[in-house]
Amino acid sequence: MRWGVVVFPGSNCDRDCLFVLRRVLGHEAVAIWHEERILPPVDAVVLPGGFSYGDYLRSGAIAALSPIMAAVGRAARSGLPVLGICNGFQILCEARLLPGALLPNADGLFHCQPATLRVENNRTLFTRGFSLGEAVRMPIAHGQGCYYADPATFDRLERSGLILLRYCNARGEVTGEANPNGSLGNVAGISNEEGNVIGLMPHPERACEALLGSTDGLRLFLSAGSKEPVEEFRPSYAGSALG
Amino acid sequence: MIRARVSILPKRTVFDPQGEAVRHALGHFGLSGVERVRVGKEIELEIPGEGDPAEIRSRLETIARDFLANPVVEEYELHIEGLP
Repeated sequence: MRWGVVVFPGSNCDRDCLFVLRRVLGHEAVAIWHEERILPPVDAVVLPGGFSYGDYLRSGAIAALSPIMAAVGRAARSGLPVLGICNGFQILCEARLLPGALLPNADGLFHCQPATLRVENNRTLFTRGFSLGEAVRMPIAHGQGCYYADPATFDRLERSGLILLRYCNARGEVTGEANPNGSLGNVAGISNEEGNVIGLMPHPERACEALLGSTDGLRLFLSAGSKEPVEEFRPSYAGSALG
Repeated sequence: MIRARVSILPKRTVFDPQGEAVRHALGHFGLSGVERVRVGKEIELEIPGEGDPAEIRSRLETIARDFLANPVVEEYELHIEGLP
């Protein structure tokens, strides 16, 4: 499996993603500068978290017009798996590869904390390693993660099972108290109709080693990047986080 | 010289935490009873006034709708000065 991680000016989770893909999963992964016009040969693309272009205009709006995004859009429409994390999710919405938009958190605060997410659909490329209804843990770190879509679009997401993850409490219950940012329907992650493009606000790359409190994020990368059952995976290095 | 201004506000259907924080603070300022505040932005573009006016207007409308504003969550108005 060969991954491409796009680097925008202001990306700050690109190295975390590359570390996880290379050192924890043992896959190939290349960094792709945003000014590239052609994607190198890769099996999947990650748009990492960060604050591309300082969140100027709107989060993700300027990055969505980067030369590489035209290539990512063409590849996504041809079926290439694309994973947008945090700012990457915002970029995918701004590029209209995913529906809706991410607004400032309803309480006006930046939230950097562990989050619990209920798996709402485990039949997609990136979520097949989870059980349906399972509560998984990954951190969030964002100021603009309040998912919004107009009522007709949101209804279509619900009916088509395109909502993959919702914020929930420790018992797996989707409640208002468990919603950190005011997202419609507690949405934390969605996919496109074809299932190859997904975006989520939580950071799976920060939940890939037991030392960091959760390995649930690893299962998301493994879902897309491995033919073997996710449970049988062993990290490629021998135990040390520093590899 | 053509001067275009794009005024952008969060849609009324969308919660605007920034506007709500300003509305709350207006009470401290002594102006209570403000029902709603929306905070947006204004973007000014200056472009040479050469070319087909209809085409310039059409391009500015596309830029406002597809890039400067996000119609999913924002409404905008485009004002153009200096276009014949």
